Parts: sequence; structure tokens; C-alpha cells
Amino acid sequence: MKAEVINEVRLTFPSVSANEAFARSAAASFCAQLNPTFDEVSDIKCAVSEAVTNAVVHGYRDALGEIQLLMKLTDDRVFRAEIRDKGCGIADVEEAMRPLFTTDPENERSGMGFTIIENFMDSLRVVSSTGKGTRVIMTKKLSMLPRVRG
Amino acid sequence: MLEYEKSLKCITSGRSLTIYLEGDIDHHNARTVRSKIDTKLYIQRPDELVLDLSRVNFMDSSGLGLILGRYTRSVELGILFKVANPSPQIRRILDLAGTERLIKIENIPRTEKRAQGGEPA
Repeated sequence: MKAEVINEVRLTFPSVSANEAFARSAAASFCAQLNPTFDEVSDIKCAVSEAVTNAVVHGYRDALGEIQLLMKLTDDRVFRAEIRDKGCGIADVEEAMRPLFTTDPENERSGMGFTIIENFMDSLRVVSSTGKGTRVIMTKKLSMLPRVRG
Repeated sequence: MLEYEKSLKCITSGRSLTIYLEGDIDHHNARTVRSKIDTKLYIQRPDELVLDLSRVNFMDSSGLGLILGRYTRSVELGILFKVANPSPQIRRILDLAGTERLIKIENIPRTEKRAQGGEPA
């Protein structure tokens, strides 16, 4: 049986770095509807922050562009987020996802963004096309609610 | 007041400098925090630098870059570099990057002096 969508949100914001904090706070508020644990919220915040930062830093290379954050909750307690940019795209996605790989060591980029998302979420998919943009899709299944003591 | 307008909280004990990072360490404010720490390092030239993370609410890979960068800077200046009191979440990020092979990570119990916080730099 296909999981049913409980709630869905679509946010569009310019690629200014102040919106990194906005995006992760929005993700934390949105997933709160499923009563996640503290650790689950932390993981989601961090993963969304990484993807949005990637769009700001790499997608648009600090030029101004539009970032979309699409989030979905389904009744099987899965949180899904998709971060889209229409920036420069990634020529070699596999290489970009390798731990410690970075195109920007001068600015102390650690090259750990995708690795962190992979570790903190259950799934990560990166679809990118040079000159057209990047979509980063991640999901996390939240733990079952603790039984109410009665 | 905006986060990046705040000055760093520091405690100097002998030749050891402890800097208390606060709030969110992300790409947005890492650059400002970085230049503040480096300025302090160049002026003070301590023997030891401790970055205390106990007051950091959030950190992502930009914070990791900041920490690794300060490690590199400390090595260049001959300063012993340590990280103190990361939250479990931050600890996971540090561990993912294998930080412990390079950097000493300590959990220092809060003494009264620490709990009161340092003087602004």
C-alpha cells in the first residue's frame, strides 16, 4: 500500500546565506508534526542545512538565484525533503559525493556535506545536470511514537 | 543582536586560550567567526588553543571546516589545538570526518569559572 501524504510544503527563497538557518528551522518545524525525537530533528536540520548551503555556495557560486525546498510527510512517518536550485549543476555527482571531496578548499569547505546527509538520513539522491541545476532528495523514517503509559 | 556582531567569549589561563563558540556555526557565520579567532590567535600567540563547543546549538560541515581550518592554522603557528565539549550531534560530525586522528577532543567538566563564562575579547 502506498503511503499517504499527510502534509506538504513548498518554500522558495533567494540563495542568500542567511536563508540556510531559515531553511533548517523550517524543516525542524515542519517535521515536528510527526513528533520526532530530539536526535531526529537535529539530523534533519543538519541534512537540510547542508543541501541548502551547497545550493548557495556551489549551485549559484554566491551569485543570487532561487532555491526551492519541498517537504513532505507521509503516514508511514517518513519525512522527505527536496532541495532544488537552477545553478551551475554538478559535472560528476559521484565525485562530489565522495567524502572530503571539495572544489573550494580555500574557503575551508570540508567536503563532508553529502557524507553527513548520507549518514544522518535514510536515503539521499542527487540529480544534477550541468548548466541546469541540481536536485537533492532525502528521506528519513522517524521512529514510532513511544507508547503512552496508562 | 545578530550573532555575528557578538565578540568571542574567551578565557586565558596561563599560556592556554579557551574560546567559547556560541549559537549556530554554519556557512553564513563561519567566515566571521574564523577571522575573529585568527585575529585573536595572531595577537595573543598562546601555546594552546581550546575551542569549547558546549554553547554551540547547531553545527554542520561548515563548522567542521572551521575547526579543521583552525587546527591547520594552529599547527602553522606551533600552537597545540584541542576541541572541548562537543554535543553528541557535533561529535558525530567530527567522527565522520575522522577528526580524532588529528585533533584531541576533550570533555571538560564545567567548573564554576567556566559556567560563568569568560570575559568578552
